[in-house]
Amino acid sequence: MPTQIKMPALSPTMEEGTLAKWLVKVGDKVSSGDIMAEIETDKATMEFEAVDEGTVVSISVAEGTEGVKVGTVIATIAGEDDDDAPTPAFAAAPVVAAPAPAPVAALAPVVAAPAPVPPAAPIVAAPAVAAADRVVASPLARRIATEKGIDLGAVQGSGPHGRIIKADLEGAAPAAIAQATSVAAPAPVATPAPAVVAAAPAAPFSSDIPYEAIKLSGMRKTIARRLTEAKATVPHYYLTVDIRLDALLKLRAELNAALAVEGVRLSVNDLLIKALGKALILAPDANVSFAGDALIRYSRADVAVAVSIPGGLITPIVTGADVKSISAIQKDMADLGARAKAGKLAAHEYQGGTASLSNLGMFGIKQFEAVINPPQGMIMAIGAGEKRPYVIDNALGIATVMSATGSFDHRAIDGAEGAQLMQAFKSLIEAPLALVA
Amino acid sequence: MADQYDLIVLGSGPGGYVAAIRASQLGLKVGIVERELLGGICLNWGCIPTKALLRSAEVFHQMKQAASYGLAADNIRADIDAVVNRSRGVAKQLNQGVTHLMKKNRITVHMGTGVLKGADKVEVTGEKGTEVISAKHIIIATGARARDLPFAKADGKRIWTYRHAMVPPEMPSKLLVIGSGAIGIEFASFYNDMGADVTVVEMMDRIVPVEDADVSAFLEKALKKQGMTILTGAGVQSIAVSETGVKAVIKAKDDAVTESDFSHVIVAVGILPNVENIGLEDLGIEPDKRFHIKADAYGRTNVPGVWAIGDCIDGPWLAHKASHEGVIAAEAIAQALGNTEVHPHVMDRLNIPGCTYCHPQVASVGLTEAKAKEAGYELKVGTFPFMGNGKAIALGQAEGFIKTVFDAKTGELLGAHMIGAEVTELIQGYVVGKTLETTEAELMHTVFAHPTLSEMMHESVLAAYGRAVHI
Repeated sequence: MPTQIKMPALSPTMEEGTLAKWLVKVGDKVSSGDIMAEIETDKATMEFEAVDEGTVVSISVAEGTEGVKVGTVIATIAGEDDDDAPTPAFAAAPVVAAPAPAPVAALAPVVAAPAPVPPAAPIVAAPAVAAADRVVASPLARRIATEKGIDLGAVQGSGPHGRIIKADLEGAAPAAIAQATSVAAPAPVATPAPAVVAAAPAAPFSSDIPYEAIKLSGMRKTIARRLTEAKATVPHYYLTVDIRLDALLKLRAELNAALAVEGVRLSVNDLLIKALGKALILAPDANVSFAGDALIRYSRADVAVAVSIPGGLITPIVTGADVKSISAIQKDMADLGARAKAGKLAAHEYQGGTASLSNLGMFGIKQFEAVINPPQGMIMAIGAGEKRPYVIDNALGIATVMSATGSFDHRAIDGAEGAQLMQAFKSLIEAPLALVA
Repeated sequence: MADQYDLIVLGSGPGGYVAAIRASQLGLKVGIVERELLGGICLNWGCIPTKALLRSAEVFHQMKQAASYGLAADNIRADIDAVVNRSRGVAKQLNQGVTHLMKKNRITVHMGTGVLKGADKVEVTGEKGTEVISAKHIIIATGARARDLPFAKADGKRIWTYRHAMVPPEMPSKLLVIGSGAIGIEFASFYNDMGADVTVVEMMDRIVPVEDADVSAFLEKALKKQGMTILTGAGVQSIAVSETGVKAVIKAKDDAVTESDFSHVIVAVGILPNVENIGLEDLGIEPDKRFHIKADAYGRTNVPGVWAIGDCIDGPWLAHKASHEGVIAAEAIAQALGNTEVHPHVMDRLNIPGCTYCHPQVASVGLTEAKAKEAGYELKVGTFPFMGNGKAIALGQAEGFIKTVFDAKTGELLGAHMIGAEVTELIQGYVVGKTLETTEAELMHTVFAHPTLSEMMHESVLAAYGRAVHI
């Protein structure tokens, strides 16, 4: 029996993905563990391994195809023991592959040729073609969308067959509650990802200026959606402190000297991750998530670190940053950062976190305000450390100073609570021995 | 050792047997454990046999009205034993139906009492002895039973639960019904039609308290007109049983305490989940504050691999809610076992209809007008009376109304509330609409057949927007 290979769900909430690349072609033998394809989800590109042994008989979804629903048959494998392995499709494959160098073109005939339709029933075949651009939404969802000016084309439906329902238009907050209060959930069951309203209709652009339209990647769409949602639904406020870095730089130099034998080199950012993790525990009112009808206070600080990668950014998470040693954080970041750049992070490695850290200091940015990444309650924006005139013991001197700005979700964290976090963060950096204690 | 089953369902009521069939349809190997009768309470001692009783009562009631239809029916009388026999026959037929369904779906039935021995094992003790069966997943669907009153323990002689009332040892002459939820009111209606002198005592300030206040008021008036005594805001303080009957001390709304004699008492004050002695404590499965098993929207308990559905979890405690939960849990389990083609969708509790088969019948879905107001909606409410419907008048059943509640802002159908002939069948029209997230516009644009009772559903929507035609 040939085995049908279906689009896998590579993360608990994945509903569809892009078949980025085929690494096998029709006729190839695969065995369990072979990488068959690369599949791009909203944030990462993942390798898809073969589970069964056999020969690729057909490939039914061309590479580069977007929006392939989980469960769609993407290829067929015939097992070794299949006496009937050279099925018509397999026999046909070399013929198909030969003339066409472009893989997409080669695949097309395979897709188009299902079981032959008896000529007696020509009507049956017709309804297979559906209008692909039709938005399927409930009457109520349509009306709410019209009233709120939401573009239904940008909303992901969670109803049967992806139908957009009222709940899909209700923003992210309900989804956050569901996550936070569900009973110690084992493997997530829900297929529908908590759908989130995308940006209002795109702003018009001047088409009289020469331009190039760049198709949005899954990641770019997710960034657009999540950050629009964050700015639209989370009431942000910002607190900035100037922090003297001299003691931290000195400690780093000493640590690096001591760790040189191990080949470990800590960055300032590694120390800042530790400082933020520890500050979140010292100021627990800021280590929270707003979950609609509950405030979730975390007893561990998982710091998500914004990492710029080709085509966007991703926030790998240093779990338990409050208790990890700085060298462990350095190791984590080296590993996560490298895999993030390669698009190989697993979903759980970039989803979650209790707060974020974003550092643009290396570009000479003096100070900036970052956008909160819900359901996290805060994000710390780090500016450049620079020598500045500084009053030390009532005399004007020179110190290395950086500005750090926390963005806080006012629904969950009040001004004084945010300020306590900033204070703790500043103290830990200015008197950094506590970071290694 | 490999598990015998993919799924074991504990309990074969409308939640359990439907879950088992759905799981089997999805290719799972399923075993079901039942300690008594396949089909559970619903089919053997609940929904179905009561409907059989109430149908007899309805026909009897119509026979008494024969003259109003131009017919003569003399010397009509009810034979309670024959009525009960018919009801038992219906239950038996359906019980055999479930036996057949289990066979057809290749579901193995283990008759006996099941106790969980871990998240993947059930020990079944039956007539043939004790066996331990294992599965990757277990669904608890053990249902519920009638709640007792501490001072009025059911004895089956003078003090009855629904179960005794279904197979009465004799016809009550003067009946006290404690509780006016669906079960209490249905039996009150049945025995009232059959000729008993019925008194209903309800603690809340109105009968059928979960329904819309207008429906409660209408029903109270209709039942009183049929000769029933209804005491709301009242409580039964004590019951003394004697050879010939019971003496009940009732405290009325105005605090006046009276003592009255009754031949029998039906206690219908709610349910208790069947969660004891099935191994839940040892597994660490958490109950909620009303002792029901805590489960999420897919039926997952706090113990991985153990699921719960129906009356043993949060309400509403209705058979169709249990069945639907069974389907969702079965699909979620199939997905957990690797089926990527099944996509379970959680149920919206506001789309679960409720039906009470007294006469006039009561049916509803969604928010009552008061609840909708409480939730902060600005409302459009329409009401249409049976008196304005040609079919209702032709049927000689022009008693009742249909009320619809809309969100004025979005046109969302928030709730529908009906009382009158056949409304338990009519409600489904609104339930489909609500599930599809209809607004008033689609309902207004729907063509309703003439002459039908369902035209009132159209008129009620039109009335909410000041456009009713026949009023």
